[in-house]
Amino acid sequence: MTTAAAEPAAPPDPLQQHFDDTIARDHRVEPRDWMPEGYRRTLVRQIAQHAHSEIIGMQPEGDWITRAPSLRRKAILFAKVQDEAGHGLYLYSAAETLGADRADLTRRLIEGRQKYSSIFNYPADTFADVGVIGWFVDGAAICNQVPLCRSSYGPYARAMVRVCKEESFHQRQGYELLLTMMRGTEGQRAMVQNAVDRWWWPSLMMFGPPDGDSPNSAQSTAWKIKRHSNDELRQRFVDMTVPQAERLGVTLPDPELRWNEERGSHDFGTPDWTELQRVISGDGPRNAERVSRRRAAHEEGTWVREAAAAHAAKQAERREEAATSRSVACPR
Amino acid sequence: MPQMNNVQADWPLYEVFVRGKRGLNHVHVGSLHAADDRMALTHARDLYTRRNEGVSIWVVRSSEITASTPDEKDPFFAPSGDKVYRHPTFYDIPADVPHI
Repeated sequence: MTTAAAEPAAPPDPLQQHFDDTIARDHRVEPRDWMPEGYRRTLVRQIAQHAHSEIIGMQPEGDWITRAPSLRRKAILFAKVQDEAGHGLYLYSAAETLGADRADLTRRLIEGRQKYSSIFNYPADTFADVGVIGWFVDGAAICNQVPLCRSSYGPYARAMVRVCKEESFHQRQGYELLLTMMRGTEGQRAMVQNAVDRWWWPSLMMFGPPDGDSPNSAQSTAWKIKRHSNDELRQRFVDMTVPQAERLGVTLPDPELRWNEERGSHDFGTPDWTELQRVISGDGPRNAERVSRRRAAHEEGTWVREAAAAHAAKQAERREEAATSRSVACPR
Repeated sequence: MPQMNNVQADWPLYEVFVRGKRGLNHVHVGSLHAADDRMALTHARDLYTRRNEGVSIWVVRSSEITASTPDEKDPFFAPSGDKVYRHPTFYDIPADVPHI
């Protein structure tokens, strides 16, 4: 017997080892695999927040469906908002593969115990906002979501593939709407610029706090849930959007925005992080309204869910009775 | 009067399989909640085939599925691991034998 230091290290837990190998080899983790509790918890939180964002995200634009200026725009907006509902459902479905309960997730949202993207707490004041939301918000969502198509958790990555395919329509319809308005009257052009001014900074905040201030990022990156840092994705979004703004003929409201030849990227100003904190913690322009509306929709739909369940139970009972009486009538 | 008190208000979970086009197998695409089979089908159509992604849909209650663990190390799949002779490459055929 020598010193304690010479004792062999405890053998690695084979389950943990297998999980680590799966991640290291860039393979996907699937629902019934063993996974560390922290990995499961992080994913449920992230996927639930993502799902809630899609569902709450129906509200700012949904308000414009009845006021769309033409049947074409109305049909497009309808399809888009329906897609957001679909995206929310793909994501709830992925969260459920981790053992989350759907009714519980909804409860957490309407009780304010789980969050959603801060961006949806801003109002959509004019029809130009519909265009800018498609261009900026869905554009930022694409930057965030494309790398998530390679996320280490299989069902999340697959949901993201479906979402990204559809998101491209969302961004393009928004930009096309704005191009149309920019070809219109002076008033319409001013409306577009006004919407751009209001949505630019909140859109940059969608990528989350700066890297130095993002406590969960390192672990999520190690688990390959997250593939790029908040600041990297923000930069990508800025570089992508600047030439689109030029083509459209609008000014992005940032005096520090300029091309940096050396970096091959744009330099830009710092978003107001205290505003982000304020909106996340519940004090944004529309937080209370968004959640109370979701709650009302859920509560007012209770009787429908119960009636459908009662109908299904009755039908099942009848089928059973019919089967019993048949087997009595002709015994074998 | 049927007993209504214990009707479950939370609809059960269904798994959804879609045949993308004729000639392909049904593929699992996700899940959804529905009160019964018929509603599960219409919800599946609205949720998973908004852009002509399918020509046929299967739905089945998640609780009715029996599954192996998906883990590739599962000993369940061991019996096929050591039977290399099931693969055509196991057999050496001289290079001058045609069409084989």
